[in-house]
Amino acid sequence: MSTLTQTVSQLERRPRNRRNTVAHLFLFALVLYILVPIWWLVVASTKDAQGLFSGSGGALWFDKNFNLLANLKDLFTYNDGEYLRWLGNSALYALAGGIGATVLSVTAGYGFAKFRFRGRDISFAILLGSVMVPLTALVIPTFVLASNLGLTDTIWAVILPSLLSPFGVYLMRVYAAEAVPDELLDAARIDGAGEFRVFLQVAVPLMRPAIVTVLLLSIVATWNNYFLPLAMLSTSKLYPITVGIGLWSQLASSNNGGGHSLWSLIIIGSLVSIIPLIVAFVSLQKYWQGGLSLGSLK
Amino acid sequence: MNGRRSLVGWLFIAPFGLVFVIFLITPLAYAFYLSLFSKGLATGTAFSGIGNYVKAFTDPSFLSGVWFVLRFSVVLIPIQMAVSLAAALVLDSLTTRMAKFSRLMIFLPYAIPAVIGALMWGFLYSPSFGPLESIFSLFNAKAPFLLSQGNIFYGLLNVVTWQWAGYYMIIIFAALQGIEPSIYEAARIDGANARQVALRIKVPMVSSALVLILVFALIGTLQFFTEPQVLGPIANGTITPSFTPNIYAFNLAFSYAQFNYASAISFALGFVVFVAVYVFMFFTRKRGGLIS
Repeated sequence: MSTLTQTVSQLERRPRNRRNTVAHLFLFALVLYILVPIWWLVVASTKDAQGLFSGSGGALWFDKNFNLLANLKDLFTYNDGEYLRWLGNSALYALAGGIGATVLSVTAGYGFAKFRFRGRDISFAILLGSVMVPLTALVIPTFVLASNLGLTDTIWAVILPSLLSPFGVYLMRVYAAEAVPDELLDAARIDGAGEFRVFLQVAVPLMRPAIVTVLLLSIVATWNNYFLPLAMLSTSKLYPITVGIGLWSQLASSNNGGGHSLWSLIIIGSLVSIIPLIVAFVSLQKYWQGGLSLGSLK
Repeated sequence: MNGRRSLVGWLFIAPFGLVFVIFLITPLAYAFYLSLFSKGLATGTAFSGIGNYVKAFTDPSFLSGVWFVLRFSVVLIPIQMAVSLAAALVLDSLTTRMAKFSRLMIFLPYAIPAVIGALMWGFLYSPSFGPLESIFSLFNAKAPFLLSQGNIFYGLLNVVTWQWAGYYMIIIFAALQGIEPSIYEAARIDGANARQVALRIKVPMVSSALVLILVFALIGTLQFFTEPQVLGPIANGTITPSFTPNIYAFNLAFSYAQFNYASAISFALGFVVFVAVYVFMFFTRKRGGLIS
């Protein structure tokens, strides 16, 4: 019997090995495709204006002049350091919007999952339907409303609409329904804990993986948002990094003469701007990778 | 007791409910209200009923934008699904270090803003910054300019696939990891080979993740805005002011101050998205009962 399985597995090994090679080649090609633009960005960040257009190593390799530090200095000092300000604005909008949206999602998801009340099912149905509303379609009417209230061109015009995350509520409800047992909540209630304490001390710790996921998703959504701040803000001091770099690229392409130095600023600025989120994702891997399957549970 | 518990339930939902009403219901209703009026130079603002909608659905600029995003979705979504599903199946079948590393790398573009993604590819496409010219000259061929009138469709297709395939892959991968391994064992004992396990067991078992992704991709593509808007200045006039419905609405509102008509366009776009998603859900539900 054991010799039989051995021969069978020996027979099977060859095609399986070949299959693994094909699979690895496929992955290698895919990773290469993903990394090409990022690699270009890294290489181009080290070039001076002349090297960008006619570098000695071509577009995908370093020029003989290594200009990274000078580019960085240029980036952080250009126009009174407006780049750093944009980076700070992005961080503020993303953290405020992301944390706010997460808190709202967690409480609402818990409320939907763990309480029975009149109007719950219809409210949740409306919520599910709203996931299908294209959020960008709301930007223009929200702009008109905000401008009636004098709120456009303030940080609130970006932060407040970012608090809306129907999908986050949906994820939290699905997770809370599975991960928080009713018996545990009832036990805590019988012990005399108030509803808010039950939520904070029993439910929240159990929901932690989903909370980290929703937090990351909403921070990324706000950090990457372009349409909303583009519509709402007109003072460049309030711009997040996405709108700021968009502005630079518009300036650079409309002004060919002085445009050269701006192109290298855009390139190094793009590189610096993607570092924080990449670091966050790599270091928080074990949290979000599991959490992302939540949406497909039901 | 029951009444009190019901009140507590509402209290937990109230903060979100408030935001939902202020930033979703109100703008939606207000957009509809605005869209019922039109603003003339001589006449001022006057009620025009469905006038703006009649105008929108006979406006060649709006219709060409809708036609573009529909065409784009029909080509893009199958490509994205194929790439992300294939990557997820391969990653699920391997446990090597290379597989783990690849998973993270393929997901990377999700953490990069669409503005930056579009700019990076714009640079790579560009004859003065990018490598295409020198690569093609090796073969004595002329490099295609992917931002030209005829090629922009493919240029954008590539940018969006690059940006989102990894995110979709992770969702499918996470769903695959949730499948009980004993099912594969049973199938293998019944004589199924690896390909049969993948196609007959894995794919059907993650079908609800696939439907979720399809709906996301559809909603996202129909409101296409950032990438063409960012590539516009680089692409020398290929991106018209009505390239997609959202770009059209944006320009109507912020370049021409036609907020009433822009609201009608936004609302009409929302309607198109809703109908598209609904039609899609209807068919998938009929076919396989995928959504519960």
